[in-house]
Amino acid sequence: MSALVFAALYMIGDPVLMLASPEAGDAERELIRQSFGLDLPLWRQYLIFLNKVFVHLDFGKSFLTGEPAIGLILDRMPATLELATAAMLFAVLIGVPLGIYAGLKPESFGARSVMTGSVLGFSLPNFWVGLMLIMVFAVFLHWMPAGGRGPVQAFGPIQLSIFSWAGWRSLILPVATIAVAKCALIVRVTRAATRECLPQDYIKFARARGLSEARVLGVHLLKNILIPIVTVAGLEYGQVFAFAVVTESVFSWPGMGKLLIDSIITLDRPVVVAYLILTVVFLSLLNLVVDVIYTILDPRVQSKARA
Amino acid sequence: MQESAGTPSGQWLLDVQGLCTWFHTRRGVVKAVDGVSLRVKQGEILGLVGESGSGKTITGFSLMNLVDQPGRIRADRLHFDGRDLQTLSANDYRALRGRDMAMIFQDPMMTLNPTLRVETQMIETVQAHESVSRRAARARSIDMLTKVGIPAPAERLTVYPHHLSGGMRQRIAIAIALLNSPKLIIADEPTTALDVTIQGQILYEVQKLCREMGTALIWITHDLAIVSGLADRLAVMYAGRIVETAPTAEIVRGAQHAYTHGLMASIPTFDTRGKKLFQIPGSTPSPLNMPKGCPFRTRCYRATPQCIEEPVFEEVAPAHGVSCWHRGVEA
Repeated sequence: MSALVFAALYMIGDPVLMLASPEAGDAERELIRQSFGLDLPLWRQYLIFLNKVFVHLDFGKSFLTGEPAIGLILDRMPATLELATAAMLFAVLIGVPLGIYAGLKPESFGARSVMTGSVLGFSLPNFWVGLMLIMVFAVFLHWMPAGGRGPVQAFGPIQLSIFSWAGWRSLILPVATIAVAKCALIVRVTRAATRECLPQDYIKFARARGLSEARVLGVHLLKNILIPIVTVAGLEYGQVFAFAVVTESVFSWPGMGKLLIDSIITLDRPVVVAYLILTVVFLSLLNLVVDVIYTILDPRVQSKARA
Repeated sequence: MQESAGTPSGQWLLDVQGLCTWFHTRRGVVKAVDGVSLRVKQGEILGLVGESGSGKTITGFSLMNLVDQPGRIRADRLHFDGRDLQTLSANDYRALRGRDMAMIFQDPMMTLNPTLRVETQMIETVQAHESVSRRAARARSIDMLTKVGIPAPAERLTVYPHHLSGGMRQRIAIAIALLNSPKLIIADEPTTALDVTIQGQILYEVQKLCREMGTALIWITHDLAIVSGLADRLAVMYAGRIVETAPTAEIVRGAQHAYTHGLMASIPTFDTRGKKLFQIPGSTPSPLNMPKGCPFRTRCYRATPQCIEEPVFEEVAPAHGVSCWHRGVEA
């Protein structure tokens, strides 16, 4: 992965052209090249890079600002994290009940509307939904700001905007933009799982024991359909976190996605590489967490692993 | 809610007349149960016998009001324990299920929820009907597991269903059915999925427990040999109807319906050893394409043109009813 990213990035463009002023002569350019180690052959650059990353945990400095790349990214991470988390939370909290409802009464008008809505939800392009929301709620109604992040509170090095009303006002539109698509997906997964689980004998047996409908659905059904839901929600959460580029650009949300797109445009290699490697680490961790949740949800997974 | 017991159903715990469960599908009306009449006394064991697709299971589910869409239940009379089940609200029916009327399913591998501990599933069954403490519910569960012959019941409570064998799971399902001391248990082929030794044990234990607790039992099965050793009375079901009902001994001695003859003749005995076993020709007609009149006439060796007309259900002896134009003990 690191080799792939490294090679791909080094093949496109020459950052020296971006760094040096247009009036700079060849000698000045050569100087810049040497100071960043860009004159060395590619394989040596890669080995130096590997040595720094894995031995010293040093991802290099941004060509543009001269600050450590990793620090730039970590600074932006809380903004993306709160955006992604809030969006997935909404998607799950709204999507799961709607999905169960659509699975219980597949023929009803309400269920059909939900399913039609979900097709729209994940077919509409993200940026378009974002722009429409801005147009309606920010431009016409003036309810919310059109972009940017609200006031933040600092918790040590982490700055979050979710603890104030003003913060939420800025957050709600980008969150809605992401949540619409993710919610649509969760609705479909939940509905399919519900339809599969309902005819099972243990649901009927639960009813035959005289359990209340709330318990049958809320415990017996839910515990069995959560596995596919957690799988999809986990994957999607990773997606949102790592590639919220479009939404963050539309709402000029100062998160990692915005940083990534800016860095790609300015050919700020260390930032892009550090970003992608961090993303890989994050996604791997996320998958691990999802696997751990499996064993909690389904005791059969645990005994298979032990056997 | 509590309707006083009418005179005719006074002695009956369950009194069903003309029960019809029809499924209205796009391809037509499937009459899975079409005019079943059953009566069960307090503490009585009734064997409901019939081949696959005869509507035995749907009859059981209809009594529990657990028929899936698009099934519709209708009956001339549907009384249980002095109450008219057709007038019960959804919530009253829920309160009845698992408390007064319990059910055991066919496949023990599927009846317990795989994601919940045995303990959870037993305790919730008690607490759904009585406000008792978890501890009391747990104590009752252990007690019941002991009764159905499960060794080390306290340890079994804390495991998940997949840790247990099929026989063990079915015993737990039976224990769950018995937890609230129901008046009637509907057992839907509970031993079919188990091997023969376990089958025998479970059969014996269920019978013993029902006798002890005075619980009536409807034992649904396709195996006449099994149920004739267990039941007080048999009801033979064919194509959604009861074709013959009588005390077990009477069926064994003098069955009147040609279908019952066929079932009796296909039981292997010492006399039939080494010989080819009798087989009823043909198979159950499709419920979408039921023959007119007597549904068995297409497979019956006694059938005559008269059988095109609906046969009448008549009592040939006290408590022995047959629905056939050409009834009679086998020649």
